[in-house]
Amino acid sequence: MAATNVVGGRGDSHAGSGWEAVIGLEVHAQLATRTKMFCRCETRFGAPPNTLVCPVCLALPGALPTINREAVRHALRVVLACGCDVARTTKFDRKNYFYPDLPKGYQISQFDQPIGDGGRVRYELDGEQRSVRLARIHMEEDAGKNTHVAGRQVSQVDLNRAGVPLLEIVTEPDIATPADAVAFFGALRLMLLYLGVCDGNMEEGSLRCDCNVSIRPRGSLELGTRAEIKNLNSFTFIENALHYEIVRQVRVRESGGAIVQETRLYDPDRDETRSMRGKEEAHDYRYFPEPDLPPLSFSADEIEAARASVPEMPLERAARLVGELGLSEYHAGVLVQDHEASRFLDRCLELWPEPKPLANWLINDLKEELNHRKAGLVALGLDPQRFVDLVRAVDDGIVSKQQGRELVRKLFDGDAPIAALIRELGFEQIRDDSVLRAQIESVLADHPGPVDDVRAGKKNSINFLVGQVMRASKGKADAARVAQLIEEILGR
Amino acid sequence: MTTSAATVLELRDRVRRHETTAQSAVADALRQIDAVDGAIAAVGQVFRDEALAAAAAIDRRLASGDAVGPLAGVPFTVKENIATVEGTTSASSRILEQHRSVYDATAVARLRRAGAVLVAKTNMDEFGMGSSTENSAFHVTRNPWRPTHVPGGSSGGAAALSAATRGMIHLGSDTGGSIRQPASYCGVTGFKPTYGRVSRYGLLAFASSLDQIGALQQSAADCALALGAIAGEDAMDATSRDAEVPDFVALLARGVEGLRIGVPREFFPGGVDAEVRELVEVAVAKLEGLGAEVREVSLPHVRYANPAYVLVSAAEASSNLARYDGIHCGRRVADPADLIDLYARSRAEGFGAEVKRRILIGTFVLSSGYYDAFYRKALQVRSLVRRDFERVFADVDAVVGPTSPVPAFPIGERMDDPMKLYAVDVLTVPANLAGLPAISLPCGSTRDGLPIGLQVHGRALEDDVVLRLAAAYQSSTDHHARAPSICAWRSDAAAGSSGTARGRS
Repeated sequence: MAATNVVGGRGDSHAGSGWEAVIGLEVHAQLATRTKMFCRCETRFGAPPNTLVCPVCLALPGALPTINREAVRHALRVVLACGCDVARTTKFDRKNYFYPDLPKGYQISQFDQPIGDGGRVRYELDGEQRSVRLARIHMEEDAGKNTHVAGRQVSQVDLNRAGVPLLEIVTEPDIATPADAVAFFGALRLMLLYLGVCDGNMEEGSLRCDCNVSIRPRGSLELGTRAEIKNLNSFTFIENALHYEIVRQVRVRESGGAIVQETRLYDPDRDETRSMRGKEEAHDYRYFPEPDLPPLSFSADEIEAARASVPEMPLERAARLVGELGLSEYHAGVLVQDHEASRFLDRCLELWPEPKPLANWLINDLKEELNHRKAGLVALGLDPQRFVDLVRAVDDGIVSKQQGRELVRKLFDGDAPIAALIRELGFEQIRDDSVLRAQIESVLADHPGPVDDVRAGKKNSINFLVGQVMRASKGKADAARVAQLIEEILGR
Repeated sequence: MTTSAATVLELRDRVRRHETTAQSAVADALRQIDAVDGAIAAVGQVFRDEALAAAAAIDRRLASGDAVGPLAGVPFTVKENIATVEGTTSASSRILEQHRSVYDATAVARLRRAGAVLVAKTNMDEFGMGSSTENSAFHVTRNPWRPTHVPGGSSGGAAALSAATRGMIHLGSDTGGSIRQPASYCGVTGFKPTYGRVSRYGLLAFASSLDQIGALQQSAADCALALGAIAGEDAMDATSRDAEVPDFVALLARGVEGLRIGVPREFFPGGVDAEVRELVEVAVAKLEGLGAEVREVSLPHVRYANPAYVLVSAAEASSNLARYDGIHCGRRVADPADLIDLYARSRAEGFGAEVKRRILIGTFVLSSGYYDAFYRKALQVRSLVRRDFERVFADVDAVVGPTSPVPAFPIGERMDDPMKLYAVDVLTVPANLAGLPAISLPCGSTRDGLPIGLQVHGRALEDDVVLRLAAAYQSSTDHHARAPSICAWRSDAAAGSSGTARGRS
């Protein structure tokens, strides 16, 4: 069977075959603004149908759009972060088509003067830095949502989403494998999160993409006929849909067929793509400049202000965490992927510049506690000062590591200062050596056997004795100091 | 016997001085409408109860010494394409026959805030597409000067009502002459402000880059009064201008002394009727006599303005009218077979022939493969027309010519050939393409007794200069003060076959 030899790993569906894939993505990111792109309705998710609407987004006769400046500023920051050329003048255009979820009969989008041209997004795959060139970035509005009522000849339209601001980020066809597509998409998602312009929530549709796929003989420079897979909203769907589609196209070509230009839908239940409409049904959108909205231009000051507000991007951040702060590649990698934790670390470092212990506690114990509580740092509103106090208490030897872990579990039960928590839990360590010595002497007297073992050079027995002292002190002893003292007393 | 004030300015002052009440002003407006509308069919809806209640509320405020707006008690009407919470906002189209707006247009809200009272909505060509009001889906409005003739359009209802009544503000809209041409045909003063002067929020769009709300009144002074109330930036309309709104009425006093007037030869093409040409030339001479300096100028690209206008306006209309799809608001056919059938039949049954023609033209000129040859070319012509005006306005302060090449024509005469109907817009569309303020004011009548309009254009945002020129002309002529014999405010309304001088009290 011809097809079997083209199926490699999911990373390279066509490894070992005579074909290579050419993939381009159109990413739709919902801009995280409080209100819609062209009116003042809220953009909240999950409100009852048709409750976040007004004459403008309902397209009532006579209503006019006005531009949400916040959305434009968000778009501008993405454009700058991706290294695009900022349009000197950018304008909106109407994309005309009829559909029940489109109340105006046109979508306000951008056609020939998008806010950003060109640019590049870098990402890492298999420890290697790669990049995808961008063709353009433009602003547009979302449509509403059609629901077909099961068992009835009825469709319902919810216009809460209509007019929600979207950024469309279009890549050049630079992507060669599904794994690259996923890695690029992940890197882009992270950038958007770092910029604070998109919540990245794929289940709610805040971030989704269309994939254009074609295949060509390996090494060829020509572009084959492409199929477009619409509306993929998870990493897995992107990878699986691309994998399926590449294999499908290779099979078609190897059996002597031709690829037709068409739009396809991915069905996750059956893990396959299906034809939705062909080129002959392709729309002529009759784009023309939106006469209700004057063109926008940006002053040098506006562009500089936007540039200044672009934070450190994930790859630079990872490099800095390793290079300047001395974190391990592993710690840096984990932190960079978790944008909330990463930003939290920044705030902690302003209070106490000790990256290693902070990163360690953040990535391990704090993260575990957050997973346990199924909530994020921002949602739980943790004050960085309290977290710093906790880590310092361990670092300074005021409490033991184990006690530190217990403090993490108590961290979200109130907002008492860490010092108060430590007192409340009776966690303060015994720091007076004379008190420790007395407790040690008593333990040594009770356990002559292990004492002899230690004298005979059995190291493990020291741990046993330390454990006994810890128990006797109800955990208030500093284990490391206790071990030192035992060695001293036993003359080693 | 009637208490009607001759002008809106006078009515406004009488209410302020407690010489009359808002209720009697509104009752008088309603009475006038009742008296004339049977003959001219200018009005689609009258809001009797709502208007009287609103007037009573204003009178209570006046009686208790509370603050009232600058137009307290002044009745007003709006064209059917301007959104009001009262009644329907149909744009005189079947597709919106039942459409009730949940909000007021900004211009309406501003008039209400100024204390004015909505009394009626006026008939129009469906969605503003037409120059005779014969394209209304509901009824044909008649010219008060000659009921067998059209009132012009698309604001034909407003123009006819303005000619036959007094003491009201009438808002219309102008996309290619829809205020000025009917004003010219009905012998009233119709002013299209600078594009962006008046918010379009709540104006049902025909062609967004050309549409502008303005007033049709008995005088330029009343136009200035109305403009002062409705002009100004609006956060709901991104194309509204944030220019200062001066006291337009106060600025009228400056006169025309020293103003330079350009008369473009292109405004007198072969199609201009000889009587129109003569009367306009006399009017220009009059302005010269008043102290203006007159010179000939040239706007070479104006000859291409009308075809450019037809393409640009149709392109925008094809998109603007897409929202009337039978799904969201407006007419929906019963029992559609499927989605396409729902769209197709709702629109086929809801839109009239002229609207369909423009949607088809607009869809065609925006289509892939035709865009460059038609739409883009039309935009290029538009730029050239705008530049022509800019160049001329470096040397003159106003450009004058006729409003329409012909006077009002008989009902039905131009309905069989759309090109003949489009031809009457030839002199009004340049102002829309260039976004300039322009006014039409009566400058006499043909030997048959049909009014003729003089058109004055000004620089963008120099609405005051245009109004000033018109007011100066009107202060030394009485063409604007003449009224048709059926006019409602005269006690002997039915008497006389020719026009009568309109009293200025």
